[in-house]
Amino acid sequence: MSKIINGLKYSETHEWVKIEGDIAIIGVTDYAQKEMGDITYVDMPDAGEVVEKEEEFGALESVKASSDLFSPVSGTVVERNDALEDAPELVNEDPYGNWIIKVQMRNPAELDELMDAEGYRDMIGE
Amino acid sequence: MLDRVGLPSLEGLYSDVPERFIYSKEYDLPEAMTEQQIREHFEELCSRNSKLKIFAGAGAYDHYTPAVVPYLASRSEFSTAYTPYQAEISQGTLRYIFEYQSLICELTGMDISNASMYDGPTAAAEAAMMALSCTKRKSKVLLSETLLPQVREVVRTYAGYHGIEIGMIAQKDGQTSAEALAEALEGGDVAGVILPSINRFGIIEDLSGFADAAHAAGAVAVCYCDPSALAVVRTPGEWGFDIAVGDGQSLGLPLCYGGPSVGFMACRKDYVRKLPGRIVGQSVDAQGKRCFVLTLQAREQHIRREKATSNICSNQSLMALYVTIYLSLMGPAGLRKVNEVSAFKAHSLREKLLETGLFENVFDKPFLKEFVLKPLCDPNKLHKALLDKGFFGALPTEEGYVSFCVTEKRSAGDIDKLIETLKEAQL
Amino acid sequence: MKYYDKLIFELSKEGRCGFSLDGKASEGYLESIIPQALARGSKPRLPEVSEVDVVRHYTNLSQMNFGVDTGFYPLGSCTMKYNPKINEEVASMSGFAALHPLQDEESVQGALEVYWKMEKMLSAITGMSAFTLNPCAGAHGELTGLMIMRRYHLLRGDMKRTKVIVPDSAHGTNPASAAVCGLDVVVVKSKENGLVDVEDLKPLLNDEIAGIMMTNPNTLGLFESEIGEIADLVHACGGLLYYDGANMNPLLGVVRPGDMGFDIMHLNLHKTFSTPHGGGGPGSGPVGVATRLEKCLPGPRVIQAEDGKFHIEHIWEESAGRVSSFMGNFGIILRAYAYILSLGKEHILNAGKFATLSANYIKESLKDCYKLPIERICKHEFVFDGLINDGARPASVAEDGTPVEAVAGATTLDVAKRLLDYGFHAPTIYFPLLFHQTIMIEPTETESKETIDAFIDVMRKIAAEAAENPQLLKGAPHNTPIGRPDETQAARHPILKYWDC
Repeated sequence: MSKIINGLKYSETHEWVKIEGDIAIIGVTDYAQKEMGDITYVDMPDAGEVVEKEEEFGALESVKASSDLFSPVSGTVVERNDALEDAPELVNEDPYGNWIIKVQMRNPAELDELMDAEGYRDMIGE
Repeated sequence: MLDRVGLPSLEGLYSDVPERFIYSKEYDLPEAMTEQQIREHFEELCSRNSKLKIFAGAGAYDHYTPAVVPYLASRSEFSTAYTPYQAEISQGTLRYIFEYQSLICELTGMDISNASMYDGPTAAAEAAMMALSCTKRKSKVLLSETLLPQVREVVRTYAGYHGIEIGMIAQKDGQTSAEALAEALEGGDVAGVILPSINRFGIIEDLSGFADAAHAAGAVAVCYCDPSALAVVRTPGEWGFDIAVGDGQSLGLPLCYGGPSVGFMACRKDYVRKLPGRIVGQSVDAQGKRCFVLTLQAREQHIRREKATSNICSNQSLMALYVTIYLSLMGPAGLRKVNEVSAFKAHSLREKLLETGLFENVFDKPFLKEFVLKPLCDPNKLHKALLDKGFFGALPTEEGYVSFCVTEKRSAGDIDKLIETLKEAQL
Repeated sequence: MKYYDKLIFELSKEGRCGFSLDGKASEGYLESIIPQALARGSKPRLPEVSEVDVVRHYTNLSQMNFGVDTGFYPLGSCTMKYNPKINEEVASMSGFAALHPLQDEESVQGALEVYWKMEKMLSAITGMSAFTLNPCAGAHGELTGLMIMRRYHLLRGDMKRTKVIVPDSAHGTNPASAAVCGLDVVVVKSKENGLVDVEDLKPLLNDEIAGIMMTNPNTLGLFESEIGEIADLVHACGGLLYYDGANMNPLLGVVRPGDMGFDIMHLNLHKTFSTPHGGGGPGSGPVGVATRLEKCLPGPRVIQAEDGKFHIEHIWEESAGRVSSFMGNFGIILRAYAYILSLGKEHILNAGKFATLSANYIKESLKDCYKLPIERICKHEFVFDGLINDGARPASVAEDGTPVEAVAGATTLDVAKRLLDYGFHAPTIYFPLLFHQTIMIEPTETESKETIDAFIDVMRKIAAEAAENPQLLKGAPHNTPIGRPDETQAARHPILKYWDC
């Protein structure tokens, strides 16, 4: 059983979003980190870069795979989690405690298109 | 075996191939040769090649290969192995590649090297593409006019298809012009600049300020170098460049009519995820023993497909082994000596050529083993006169100069004979 | 094989050297010619070792390596056939090795003849009309082939064709080469039976398609029987057919790609034409084309004049450009040339057939132990999808009431690693991605029935071990110089050179 946290928003591509005002804090779900296995690298955009909803903004790498990360919202990256640079394993250890980027949202209405915890649980079929 | 497969004949193995595609005619090939016939045939082919005294370089250098290099590299445990995917039974390959990477980093002054590439020009083309991916949304790469023609041509070819616009940086007095670079950078949109450390005139370029200029314009600085000379001339790292590429042929590889050679590519630490090609890293096995593995593979084509850093799969592994063994034998003193002896002989030849009165000096710039002069006669006739006496030198350049190169393999006697030949020729 | 734990740097002792070079006359000369500002600032930390140190070190390294000369190497998609030794010897003859690549044509007539004849022989074998031998590897050939494809369309003013179709079963190099060449990739699906789905292909075809890249037989080792129809469809939309020669071996001497409608193809001389793989290169990736594409080949190229003399045409208007320093990996071309001469028109007829027979024989001999996902005649290779009985057991309670933990089953990785213990190289694993536990086996024609039977016996033994005690496989390999490496640590905290340690 993968951990799913109530109160977060979820995308079909396994990113979670926590909302703080007009900032969206984005990470990957427990389900996603388990599917990837040992994460060896998190490719993240720099602060100031523009991300678009459903477009890739980075990637997770393991020894034998690479999986793109898709932004659940559109906006501008205000911060990236530099701790992941040297310790990508943090995503495996605590996927909800270790966010990847923070995005200043351009269109908060996009959040409505995301799933809640219930919806995400149904989607992954657990 | 056919019984197990349940077929009456070998032809049945192709029952899934439409009959019209089965080739039923005789193949237009010679009759099979025995081993002895093959040897004789190759000897006959060799007899129609001339072994010349090589006094030319232009990207392929006739340095001496110590006997140990081919002796060890031809061990079939090395030569008949595949890419080291099964690390447990490939520690030999993985270790020498790790050593090779270390040696290339040391020679170039860079942090990271890949496991090697096809040759120098393709490594330069990969660097051009890498510059684009390091800078995002820029589309132009500048090439110095002083780069070898094959480097410029291969980069241009790749660039044309990859959607990279190529700009040229003019040369002045035999060296890349800093003013021309500044001007070209002003146009903006430049992802990278590629400059030689020792250029096609043999001149050791003074690259002061070039990397800074590139960086100020947000471009990646790439240096194309002769790795043999890096033992004695300022390294790309010391010049502040981001990427070093070049051809490893000068490190003990036979000329072999141009191939196989080996390209090298090294870069600054922060570009490691953008570096194409295989990379070997150190790790430990289940019992904690030091071991080596292919690593950072998520950059590569077999995982990333169209998003990979490059399409390159193989390296030139066995040639990287040649380089590794060569550098181990030579050590810092030997590699310096190779440069010293070659430079000493090259300067001696140049002086003697000028004394014949058949040439004029073109550039007054420092050089090592290679140089150009302006002939006061027809350059093609000059080249031919040497060829007739078994010398390969005086290669005509784009500007109508002729280039010469002297390695440690040429003796003082060879040099004197070449000069005699010129004096006797009706030029 | 025994573990040897040295790096050449660790043998270094200041002042020791392994070279001999007469340099008395030039002593101190460099200081007089290199200005301080252009001189290297520090002595390079190259190893300082004696000749015997070097010889022992690399001999020891070699003994931790497994090559085709060590044993059977059934690595799928890699065609690890035996590399004849006469080829090594003739390729290193000084009459070739000492040639400078820019030497005048008249001084290299023997070398140019090899290029010329090789082009003719490869054309005869593949049914193409001309070849370039300049690409240095298979992926390099692929890229060159796509450049030719783009060049051809551009010369006709057909600027819209910027997409290339690649089957989902294709090797990752295909889409990567397309991307380097500035083409967008469109994926066509495979059917249940592993072959390209012609119905899925049809709607993808339009005037933006530059061509399709096909591997035939495909990466599952299955012949694409509908290739005739696919060729007609792609040609009808104005596209070209590219043949990825990675799997040419079963067709050697039986089927010619040119006859199937392919317009461009590459060969891997290091696979089909027996040149040694060299631990990952150098290889050679000649590219063949149909007549109408000949003008788009890259330069330089060898041509023969009426008087029989050979010349080099450097570059011409319609050419796709220059793809490597000079004219490719000549040393490799020589070896492949010797190989073709030793096969001749007689023995070439057996090469592909024997390779195909060996593969089918192994498949039929093991399909009761390993899952065969597609029951069909294969070509030179085939795939299993893991063990039939992997030994997995759910958690249970013993008769005396003590709980028994669940046992995880043996995976394809475990089978591969166990094979190393038995002195065989592992097959290709986890590729293609169409199945989860892929084991891809390619025996080649140079293995005897005895070798193949020994491999089959071991594969059966491993299957039995898995059913009995999967833990034994999970701990494998047990008899190799090192055990399984920690690849995660290597990627998370890269140590990529000696001084990073």
